[in-house]
Amino acid sequence: MSEAQEPTVPPVRFDDPADVPEVRWRVTAAMFYGNKAAVLGIAVLAAILLVGLFGPLLLQADPFAIVGAPLTAPGELRPLGTDYLGRDVLAGMIHGTRPTLIVALSATAFTVVIGLSVGAVAGFYGGRIDNLLMRITEFFQVLPPLVFAMVIVAIMGAHFMTVIIAIGVTTWTNLARLTRAEFLKIKEREFVLADRAIGVRDSRLILRVLLPNALPPLIIAVTLQTGLTIIYEAALSFLGLTDPDIMTWGKMIGLSRDFFFDAWWSVTFPGLAILLTTLCIALIGDGLNDAFNPRLRGR
Amino acid sequence: MNTGAGDRPVLEVDGLSVDFTVRKRQVRILSDVGFSIGRGETLGIIGESGCGKSMTALSLMGMVPSPPGRISAGRILLNGEDLCAASESRMRAIRGRNISMIFQEPMTSLNPVYTVGNQIAETIRRHKGLSGADALAEAVDLLRLVHIPAPDKRVSAYPHELSGGMRQRVMIAMALACEPDVLIADEPTTALDVTVQAQIFDLLREIQDARGTAIVLITHDFGAVSEMADRVIVMYAGHKIEEGSLDEVSDDARHPYTQGLLRCMPEIRARARERRQPLPEIPGVVPDLLKGLTGCPFASRCPSAMDRCRELPPSFALAPQRAVKCWLADASAAPGEQPA
Repeated sequence: MSEAQEPTVPPVRFDDPADVPEVRWRVTAAMFYGNKAAVLGIAVLAAILLVGLFGPLLLQADPFAIVGAPLTAPGELRPLGTDYLGRDVLAGMIHGTRPTLIVALSATAFTVVIGLSVGAVAGFYGGRIDNLLMRITEFFQVLPPLVFAMVIVAIMGAHFMTVIIAIGVTTWTNLARLTRAEFLKIKEREFVLADRAIGVRDSRLILRVLLPNALPPLIIAVTLQTGLTIIYEAALSFLGLTDPDIMTWGKMIGLSRDFFFDAWWSVTFPGLAILLTTLCIALIGDGLNDAFNPRLRGR
Repeated sequence: MNTGAGDRPVLEVDGLSVDFTVRKRQVRILSDVGFSIGRGETLGIIGESGCGKSMTALSLMGMVPSPPGRISAGRILLNGEDLCAASESRMRAIRGRNISMIFQEPMTSLNPVYTVGNQIAETIRRHKGLSGADALAEAVDLLRLVHIPAPDKRVSAYPHELSGGMRQRVMIAMALACEPDVLIADEPTTALDVTVQAQIFDLLREIQDARGTAIVLITHDFGAVSEMADRVIVMYAGHKIEEGSLDEVSDDARHPYTQGLLRCMPEIRARARERRQPLPEIPGVVPDLLKGLTGCPFASRCPSAMDRCRELPPSFALAPQRAVKCWLADASAAPGEQPA
């Protein structure tokens, strides 16, 4: 209105951001790398993976060997102390990295495959298929997962693979229910109808239309699931139901649990390692989610 | 507008009925609906909420939600092929290619996680078998066709970056990708403001003139119908109660419901203040289809209801493509019968 205000009005610009042709993966990557927490997560997880890959080669100690007095506090010789049998905690952690990660990632992958498929099919088709799949899901839910996993391990033997399968088979239900709920919600949205109206087939609707829209909560659930898997493995180890020749972080916590007040180091360090790994995966998941979400672009 | 003799209609619907199973009971959502559309013609389907307009559209697309719904009778002939008898895979090939649809809500009918170009290209890839790059190039052409500025840039925009009118244009581009014979527009402008509404109608007309697309315009807005349609059918409670050309229906409505509907249109008068009067309405509400209707569905609200209305009137043909489902139109009626 007044003349003094006029210069503050920005000139109308027609060369808007859409002028720059967008290379999608590059934008996504830029978004991801712009997220400091996610980059930190990647860095730390990479370090943990490196330890898992090369640690055992550099520190060729037997994690089960008794190397000193039980419950020795961290010191110069044993940087992280020894456990109740006099085993080196550091050696255990380094040698436990690889099996822990393998169990965590493959059991989670197993869970994701079962949970997503069951939830997606149930939510998309509804009706009788939904009913049947949800009753099956409930059957798995009412069984105490740990007891169920124990039964599986008891029947199939305490092998590395058995543990992965046992964890996968008993923990997919939450993910299935979440996927189903998301699918039920999204399939009512009009763009699903619109895609049907251009002749898109069901499999493509599920994988390319519904699933990408359902991803944000699922990514969070999966990252949390990874942490849970490590804990499950610890519980099975604690009960002596995992491969006795393989050291894992969970097993270290499980075995030394009773000595927490006498030797905090034997439980705390593996616990921190689990926490750190889970946190990194969660940060990465979060970062990926933001990077793939077109609405957050240009922020 | 070539509805003349010898020109076979693109789409013929005959005796279409749709039943829904609600709490183990059969409810007839559409009863014996029939119409036909020629190339380049626009048919307006008008009625209030819940009268079966959208269900008619879904039936044409073969997308009646099933269960609980089911097409229980009738034929839908698209270029002579009965869609009711077509297999699901055949239907998928037809959808988007020969018959396609624009939806009411441009805000929600685009997938938020893909670029608009990607979504338009999807139709092209699917029906024309083009590669990704070629399909995307064609998507740019389509965006240009629907007058989106800077189409080569907009093609990589996500739906949330576009306005409502732009999104509806994208929807139209998607629907037109394979040059369908029939385009169903289900309340295409309800969610848009009046200026954009006019632009969208202009666009639809322009495309229709250029390509000879038959358009089924579904709406509750008589204004939209009078702007676009060549012919009109009026629906009520799943029945087609009146059919005719736009002029016939708007100037010489025969069914009391249509007459009531027309009276409900607000007029802008030059000196409104002098003749201020309340907008007339049709008393009552649409009958509950669950209660199982016998007789004329409009009878309970009709000012000229009579004894005969306890029985469902047939569709009286007054002329070719002019019909009224009301006993008042029965020429053979006893002249002495009075409205009760």
